[in-house]
Amino acid sequence: MTLPDIFTEWFAQQGWSPHPHQLALLTATGPSTLLIAPTGGGKTLAGFLPSLVDLYDGNRTPGSVHTIYVSPLKALAADIRRNLDRPVREMGLDLRIEDRTGDTKQSTRQRQRVDPPDMLLTTPESLALMLSYPEAPKIFGGVRRIVLDEIHALAESKRGDQLSLCVERVAAFSTDLRRTGLSATVEDPSALARFLGEGTHVVEADPGPPADIAMLKAELPAPWFGQGGRHAARDVMDQVRRHKTTIIFINTRAQSELFFQALWAENEENLPIGLHHGSLSREARQKVEGAMAAGHLRAVVATGSLDLGIDWGDVDLVIQVGAPKNVKRLVQRIGRANHRYNAPSKALLVPANQFEIIECQVALDAVVEADLDGDPRPDGPLDVLCQHILLTACAAPFDADALYHEVKRAQPYARLSRAGFERCLDYCATGGYALRAYDRYQRLVERDGLWHLRDPRAARDLRMNVGTILDYNNLKVAYRRGKMLGEIEEGFASTLVPGDTFLIGGQVVKYEGLREMTVQVSATSGKEPRIATFGGTKLAMTTKLAHRVLDFLNNREEWTKLPTHTAEWLDLQTRISRMPVAERLLVETFPRGPQNYAVFYAFAGRNAHQTLGIILTRRMEEAGYGPLGFVANDYALMIWSLDPLDTPEKLIDGQDLRAALDTWFAENMVMKRTFRIPARVAGLISQNQPGQRKSGKQATFSTDILYDTLRRYDPDHLMLEITRDEAMRGLVDFDRIEEFLGRVRGRVDHVEAPHVTPLSAPLILEVGRVPVKGEAERRLLDEDIAAVLTEAGIGTNG
Amino acid sequence: MAPFRFHTADLDALESGALYWAAERLLCVSDLHLGKSERIARRGGALLPPYDTRETLDRLSAEIARHDPATVICLGDSFDDLDALDRLAEAARRHLLTLMAGRRWIWIEGNHDPGPTDLGGEHLFEASINSLTFRHVAEPGTPPGEVSGHYHPKASLTLRGRRVSSACFLSDATRLILPAFGAYTGGLKVSDPAVSNLMMPEACVRLTRAPQHAIPLRLVA
Repeated sequence: MTLPDIFTEWFAQQGWSPHPHQLALLTATGPSTLLIAPTGGGKTLAGFLPSLVDLYDGNRTPGSVHTIYVSPLKALAADIRRNLDRPVREMGLDLRIEDRTGDTKQSTRQRQRVDPPDMLLTTPESLALMLSYPEAPKIFGGVRRIVLDEIHALAESKRGDQLSLCVERVAAFSTDLRRTGLSATVEDPSALARFLGEGTHVVEADPGPPADIAMLKAELPAPWFGQGGRHAARDVMDQVRRHKTTIIFINTRAQSELFFQALWAENEENLPIGLHHGSLSREARQKVEGAMAAGHLRAVVATGSLDLGIDWGDVDLVIQVGAPKNVKRLVQRIGRANHRYNAPSKALLVPANQFEIIECQVALDAVVEADLDGDPRPDGPLDVLCQHILLTACAAPFDADALYHEVKRAQPYARLSRAGFERCLDYCATGGYALRAYDRYQRLVERDGLWHLRDPRAARDLRMNVGTILDYNNLKVAYRRGKMLGEIEEGFASTLVPGDTFLIGGQVVKYEGLREMTVQVSATSGKEPRIATFGGTKLAMTTKLAHRVLDFLNNREEWTKLPTHTAEWLDLQTRISRMPVAERLLVETFPRGPQNYAVFYAFAGRNAHQTLGIILTRRMEEAGYGPLGFVANDYALMIWSLDPLDTPEKLIDGQDLRAALDTWFAENMVMKRTFRIPARVAGLISQNQPGQRKSGKQATFSTDILYDTLRRYDPDHLMLEITRDEAMRGLVDFDRIEEFLGRVRGRVDHVEAPHVTPLSAPLILEVGRVPVKGEAERRLLDEDIAAVLTEAGIGTNG
Repeated sequence: MAPFRFHTADLDALESGALYWAAERLLCVSDLHLGKSERIARRGGALLPPYDTRETLDRLSAEIARHDPATVICLGDSFDDLDALDRLAEAARRHLLTLMAGRRWIWIEGNHDPGPTDLGGEHLFEASINSLTFRHVAEPGTPPGEVSGHYHPKASLTLRGRRVSSACFLSDATRLILPAFGAYTGGLKVSDPAVSNLMMPEACVRLTRAPQHAIPLRLVA
């Protein structure tokens, strides 16, 4: 394919010439091409150019879409439609480009089903939905190209698994489908190429000049603990003053709220600075996005919600507050500065505590060496497949054999066994043994060799629950006069009593009461607000980064890169205790107040440490140490108990640990929480029902009960198996525990320290403590109530 | 655990939420709500697996095995509605009949189950045993010695910075209100005027998680 004159002329009029990778995509002949280009490299235009040329050449099938463009964000789809509008109009191309997302009007959706556009810009969920309509074979029968944007972000999640299934569905309808993947810089392009399909050709664009990245020199030293980075607010504000537009990335929503507040305290000139995170109301976010794109903001404090490629205009500095936890994401974030090709990105890292200074230094070294990390993606989860089977039946009756082979062509499901497929099919048809009594779960029936929806009316309910992203159990927060501020987790809301103050959207508000599903608040000027908790898991440090940190700690020459106070902090650690090493487990024990602490430096990431915490406290309970609770961060686990842990080496035994895993698995909250995901994805629980929306609390209530009863009466139920798999690699992260056990092999260094050690200090104030419910808890409950009663001047057995 | 004195009786508040009166060999449980999940499903609500009935009966069996009471009083709302009783699975029905065999069994009428059942036992609006009166809903102005259920009381208490919350027994010199014994039953905070207005200021609660302690109502929320 060559560029027709009308295109070359248009490029010339803009004063542009196509980048080499844009032309490479045009001349690619294979069934599938993956373009890897840094942010700002003109990826999207590259992806669309072949389609525009093909349509200009008149290749189209009437009544069918020609090109499907899939983006992870609704906003991105709309953004791209606007960006394409101009070249199409100016070149006078005769084609229709429309977006189709959750925000599209009902009437437009209806029309698109009978009269689809040439180019359909959509999201994985909306594509899945369109594929569930009886018209799907016609709408997608003539599709020539499918463009998957930001595929590096999609491929890491269930949305990507669902998308891969949908792409195969489209491929089954269309005879001549070409795939194009667009990705930011990643560590393993070949893995992404496999995701896109067999025979994918990889085009790597010039990565551009190396980033200008450094650690921010803060006036005040970072504290020993804490994650907020607020000590550096003044220095960050200085940087904002000196640059045109700054994006400040922070890892969690709660921290972004706090930092935003701290920044405003230093903002003497009242420079326009905005806040953007996923829990703010859509209006609040759109306002910030609009102001940002128009160049009205000098800075925006943001979380991952701003990670994907919407064009934010002229950003000249990116600041990352807190350790990035993942070098690849850091590189992608840095790419947001100078969103123009061939200009170096400028970025600053702001470590939030002493340990993060080390993490940031190590991450910096990794960026310079282009040593990207990433944990491999496991096989596609079965809950997504269950949803896919049900949606397939919504479009038309299907042949199990044909569907099985189609599903296997999707790379995440390439290794799916026939037996695995049949179990999913059986679940879709009957609900599984424990639920067989309910009509609602008997959704499919086989007639004449084809699987039909048993009740066609079920299609509506299934379509309303398309997708793999779950709404957390959030409640809206609004002023009494109605202005929406954002959302908080229901669990947090339930701890509020009228008069409590908390932070949301950068404002301190006072809780007034709960009305229907809305938390009503009023403005207040309280000084010590509580921090609202928001949905979203914490990021765990990748294995690769953890290993680099361990190497760094044990190489004193490297310490010269650190600020003096940090090097001294490490030196103090070697004198009071010792430095953790990769192939042994350091355990420190020390008393503090009335309790005894034990710290395990496993360097396996936060999630794995949480799991280890559950297993180890359970074993301590059995051994009579009276464990009270634990807390984990990325490099260590800390447990506190009534009695001191004298022989930690006995607790760490690989065999026993694996055996212990099974027993605790069942009853812990992590599993219950994980269960909600497959239960919703696979349609066990409806998040949305026609005519009503289930409140978060109701949904939680019934998923918890479903979990308990399935576990007791049908422990082999498919949903429980999916939950175990998911928890194993998600919140439980057992792979990382295995990696740690293999590395340490039972070699334990036990240090009995006189008091808190430098490395353990950050854990003392770490948030997210998990209490242990056991004999110690009963003992303490008894003592605590007795103490409260005595204090109130009452005998204890009244 | 030492019994507590209520009116003229020495009673045990059990962690399960049941009440035991050793002198009378009497076990009292309130608000079993058998068949609740089935009723919710029947009304088009959430589909909860129908195992709550079994769970509640298992817990009741455990208390009966432990104390071998001569008399059992179910203090009303034993069935989530009268239809739920009809639809009670055969296994659950047999289970109940086994528990009932060989002892006096009194079904007090509740707002959910206001009518006689075909399960046998006595069916009463209220029952007087020795000095105590058992009825489903507390009556204002009643003479001392009333034992009732209905409200599913729960309370939370702040202890050294943490908050402990649990179903509870609620009592003063006149009346004693039992927590719900059934599975999947929610609760009403004791600070809710619907409950607190019934009680005298010196009332106290016993959390089912630590029933050995009588905690003044003013200390809990």
